[in-house]
Amino acid sequence: MAGSGTAHLRNNDEVVLDVRDLVVEFRVGSGLVVKAVSKISFDVCRGETLAIVGESGCGKTTLGKAILQLPPPNSGDVIFEGTNLTKLPKEQLRSARTAIQMVFQDPISSLDPRMTVREIVDEPLWIWGRGSEAEREVKVRELLNNVGLEPELVLNRRSYEFSGGQCQRISIARSLALEPRMLICDEPVSALDVSIQAQILNLLQDMKDRYGLTMVFISHDLAVVKAVSNRIMVMYLGKICEVGSPDVIYSKPAHHYTSALLDSVPVPDPTRKQAAISLQGEPPSPVAPPSGCRFRTRCPAATEKCAAEEPQLREVALDQFVACHHPRV
Amino acid sequence: MSAVMSIKSMSIKFATPRGLLEAVRDVSIDIPAGSSVGIVGESGSGKTVLSRAAMGLLSGSNVQREGKIVFDGKELSAMTREQVRNEFGTGMAMIFQDPMTALNPVRRIGAQLAESLQIRLGMDKKAAKIRSAELLALVRIPDPEAMLRKFPYQLSGGMRQRVMIAIAISCNPKLLFADEPTTALDVTVQSQILQLLSELRRDLNMSMVLVTHDLGVVAGNTDYVAVMYAGEIVEQASTVDLFANMKMPYTEALLNSIPKINMQSGARLQVIEGRLPDPTQRPSGCGFAARCSYVQAKCTAEHPPLVDAGNGHLYRCWFPLGNTIARKQ
Repeated sequence: MAGSGTAHLRNNDEVVLDVRDLVVEFRVGSGLVVKAVSKISFDVCRGETLAIVGESGCGKTTLGKAILQLPPPNSGDVIFEGTNLTKLPKEQLRSARTAIQMVFQDPISSLDPRMTVREIVDEPLWIWGRGSEAEREVKVRELLNNVGLEPELVLNRRSYEFSGGQCQRISIARSLALEPRMLICDEPVSALDVSIQAQILNLLQDMKDRYGLTMVFISHDLAVVKAVSNRIMVMYLGKICEVGSPDVIYSKPAHHYTSALLDSVPVPDPTRKQAAISLQGEPPSPVAPPSGCRFRTRCPAATEKCAAEEPQLREVALDQFVACHHPRV
Repeated sequence: MSAVMSIKSMSIKFATPRGLLEAVRDVSIDIPAGSSVGIVGESGSGKTVLSRAAMGLLSGSNVQREGKIVFDGKELSAMTREQVRNEFGTGMAMIFQDPMTALNPVRRIGAQLAESLQIRLGMDKKAAKIRSAELLALVRIPDPEAMLRKFPYQLSGGMRQRVMIAIAISCNPKLLFADEPTTALDVTVQSQILQLLSELRRDLNMSMVLVTHDLGVVAGNTDYVAVMYAGEIVEQASTVDLFANMKMPYTEALLNSIPKINMQSGARLQVIEGRLPDPTQRPSGCGFAARCSYVQAKCTAEHPPLVDAGNGHLYRCWFPLGNTIARKQ
């Protein structure tokens, strides 16, 4: 991983979100800097779902938030529908952001326990003055219906009365209230049971079709991502390893990290021997990332070249781009 | 094969303002010595309550317990709290889902490890420190000496869980309870932790109970599986037999809801519609009838008993899979 480069960018009319050379760093005291996202470029086309996959600490959540300028990146551009969000004055940014909404990982703590479900879903509409009180009430009921909740039963209850899966439905209803054109989902199902996961993933697919959304789906689990995405971007320590269509990447991962991630997914079949763990240890600290390819310290194929030179993203197959000096294909 | 723990017709009820909540109903299960047993079910199925009760960790005036627990030849259910406590560490040990809240945030790792060594095994301070470092090396923590001086907040989730495992195995327990030990972790770390647990189990000749909601985790890491639904065991068999000859529609539905790497991208996941029955008002028939895609008239009328298919494969269903019953569409 470790790669920079722009070979994977598409530059066509369908691109809704165009992120260029994005850098996000955090100062952590003693002059140390956490390099969370290091010069990442990617694009998302209209109606597409881009999945961003990687381990904890790879910068995927920071990247998702940086799209929304939460906080604004240190450098780089985020161009959404032709507008560069990093250059907008505060008030215009606030208004532009209504078109991009976010669903968070922990459905219970991302809802205010003191507010009723009606207030939670109505709040964005109220803030932006979308319609009279009666019109907003109709809208809130419609939203709750669409996410599979019975408005009569839930409107006056509070978040602590619901299960994790139901809270995630409420979060999704709230995020759709302003009719966004893009939805950023940050690990929306990793806190849920497998059976509930499937319900929420299907719901997100339905909402995407119904509202014509473009989605960015952040997850650490390649199996979860498979069902929902049209394009996959694998990240490691603030860099892109591999980008491409899911069918190619899952059948022939070119990056050693992608293949290790795929091997880690548990297989529900006791007769199949689990592949020997190809990935030992944990990622190095983002304060002092390794030189060259950032994955080289854990990579089975690393050579001297990997320490000296940072690999650039290049196309190895149709719609498969990899940043590796020694790709598997 | 002798059982290290044997649970006989255990029922657990909680007195709540809404009435008696039956969390576990008439569960009997043996944990054979040296084996690993998986307990699988959705949130609310009673799997955590069952394992807590087996460890004698449930107390309070609102808890009603029935049944018998025999651990290592001693009747645990007849012991006082103090006597049960004496079994912790050397007899039973446990690791929990959230390694952050299970460790004391204001004490160093070394102090938390040495505690049980000094109290349980009567080691002096110096011996405990040396043994602590050995234990950390045993769970594959690099530089154990440095780790002893750290606080939990300085560690990643995977490292914390390794520390928890080191504490749990410190006094050579005969039985280890692992309650969702990898649910809060990334897939890559999950596979490392699961592999570590099975190696330790083999090397230390330990039995293990693995509580999880994920059949994928159970498949490669257990010898026997019990599937729980609404407080009851609905299917129980050796792991290989369970996956090869699944009898219970619920087990099949759980398996189908797991997102798989080889599924079509954009495909819909199979979901289990509906939710668990209200534990204060159980249906008279099969608890799963309302959500089952094979449901017949008999299912809603009569509660199915746990029957043996031969070879110890138990299931609780009037119309088990593999028979010629047409699936209701």
